[in-house]
Amino acid sequence: MASPVRDIVVCGGGYVGLATAVALKQSAPGLDVAVVDAAPEEAWKKDERASAIAAGASRMLETLGVWSSLRQNAEPITRMIVTDSRTGDPVRPVFLTFDGAVADGETFAHMVENVHLVGALRERAGELGIGIRQGVRAQGFHAEEASATLDLGEAGSERARLVVAADGIRSRLRDMAGIRTVEWSYDQCGIVATVSHEYAHNGRAEEHFMPAGPFATLPLTGNRSSLVWTERTRDAHRLVNDDALIFEAELERRFGHKLGRIELVGGRRAFPLGLTLARAFVAPRIALAGDAAHGIHPIAGQGLNLGFKDAAALAETVVEAHRLGLDIGTLPTLERYQVWRRFDTVRMGATTDVLNRLFSNDMTPLRSLRDLGLGLVDRMPRMKDFFIRQAAGIGEQRDPRLLRGAAI
Amino acid sequence: MPADAKTTIDQSEIDRFSRLAEEWWNPKGKFKPLHKFNPVRLHYIREKVAGHFGRDPQGEKPLRNLRLLDIGCGGGLLTESMARMGAEVVGADASETNIKVARLHAEQSDLTIDYRAETAEALADAGETFDVILNMEVVEHVSDPDFFLGKCAEMMRPGGLMFVATINRTAKAAALAIFGAEYVLRWLPRGTHRYEKLVRPEEIERPLSLGGLERLDHVGVFYSPIRDEWHRSSDTDVNYMMLFAKPK
Repeated sequence: MASPVRDIVVCGGGYVGLATAVALKQSAPGLDVAVVDAAPEEAWKKDERASAIAAGASRMLETLGVWSSLRQNAEPITRMIVTDSRTGDPVRPVFLTFDGAVADGETFAHMVENVHLVGALRERAGELGIGIRQGVRAQGFHAEEASATLDLGEAGSERARLVVAADGIRSRLRDMAGIRTVEWSYDQCGIVATVSHEYAHNGRAEEHFMPAGPFATLPLTGNRSSLVWTERTRDAHRLVNDDALIFEAELERRFGHKLGRIELVGGRRAFPLGLTLARAFVAPRIALAGDAAHGIHPIAGQGLNLGFKDAAALAETVVEAHRLGLDIGTLPTLERYQVWRRFDTVRMGATTDVLNRLFSNDMTPLRSLRDLGLGLVDRMPRMKDFFIRQAAGIGEQRDPRLLRGAAI
Repeated sequence: MPADAKTTIDQSEIDRFSRLAEEWWNPKGKFKPLHKFNPVRLHYIREKVAGHFGRDPQGEKPLRNLRLLDIGCGGGLLTESMARMGAEVVGADASETNIKVARLHAEQSDLTIDYRAETAEALADAGETFDVILNMEVVEHVSDPDFFLGKCAEMMRPGGLMFVATINRTAKAAALAIFGAEYVLRWLPRGTHRYEKLVRPEEIERPLSLGGLERLDHVGVFYSPIRDEWHRSSDTDVNYMMLFAKPK
């Protein structure tokens, strides 16, 4: 017997998939929403990464009833410092400083460990009655006239009016739906680790542009910071696999001593960096969200925020169509989402690509030019305001309602 | 049926639409303009029904507990949305093929819709009554608009609403809706609309007021090439929608 047809099945239980499911269900309780995820039970608790949550995304989390439980684990970034340096520079010239408030009492970004973010979203999903099936991998996708079937192998199948692919940068569902990508590899890896330090960071985030790529420290709760350390692929693998002592020595050279003694907390992992853009964000009965639609360079810390914008725009499009009695999975409905998100995404992808190429470089004339550029930006309050609003993810002309802190 | 019985069926129109029936649900197919046209009609219907019957237009199922007739429903493009918005829906079309297409599609979409290959006069004579009647893009295809609209008015429950949408019989409509849409842009198959069958607003209002209905609204609908969207307009020279109510 064929399984009953749900309204929406979200494939992928990361924060983008969960935020999409929660936004949909909270806005339209009549929708039957479920989440399937390939990872085994409890695997999400082992994620050691942290993410920058811009003001727009935290407004969305607040509207979705998630922020209050997350707040205690979120560290506000009150100040952001950008420098351009060679590793050996004894003094790093500071070219750009940002103070963190976008509006009264609102910080432009918070740092949150993924485990807390995903945990809070899962809890909210549970409250809303959204079922999450773990250890279930999509093995086939078939769009039919009025629904789609997701083949889940031994776990059976799911049928839905709309399938949301939020299964990450190497989305299998995207490939199965026949959506191709444009890919660009950087021969860079992002090393991700958490360190504890002797002194307080006072909410300060730093991004140092090194010849191999940016090295960023982002404040976590307590005397801890999250690192995003870009290196050429070969060097990154060596750093991650070598003795911890060597890693910490290399880390110290970059981190400096201003926060006192530093120590690695937990593991260190290297992620290959690249630019992956899906050629289409939608096809009949399927929509891509988050990294499945666009994997961008983490240089500007925008990965999560683009993903949340997708979630907010997709939920708004689908809920409006649903309230109007339209079929939520057809191309005319889904194309609204695609038009809404693609321009922004391609622009952000191109910006981060250019930033990365510009800064992962040690040519003297280029260094002088970009330093001049950063210095100029620092002296122009309106430009700075523009950049800070972009970084906070609230500069767009037509932001999805959830990012403005309004319900759908 | 006796040969001289009065009827709203125009056989050549029914045959033409039957040939197109499979195309109904293809958003990129021949009915693409109707798919594009759907949101503006849906917004209008929802807003007016919610306002008239005291419902929240932003809520789920704002049409619940209302009995609705979609006359000339074609393949069910608008009909299915009415069912999703919670109405108890009867979809009627004189073309048996259209009704077959519509039934099949509603079944795939898990929607309960009472589809009937019947005319307005057959439904009226059977004593059917409705809270809402949709009369969308139909009146320009029937053989006797006065008789057709009169029969529709008969089926209105007191306090009910009737929506009528059609194309005006003006030089501008001939240029845009027939020459432009059928010959230049090729949105619609040639022969979809014939100029002499287009209907002026007063030709809608007269038979309906004779049937006891009051006009509440009259609004134009225009296509914006930049936004690739239809929107409401005060210009009623080409496409327009009218809203009527039957007093309680």
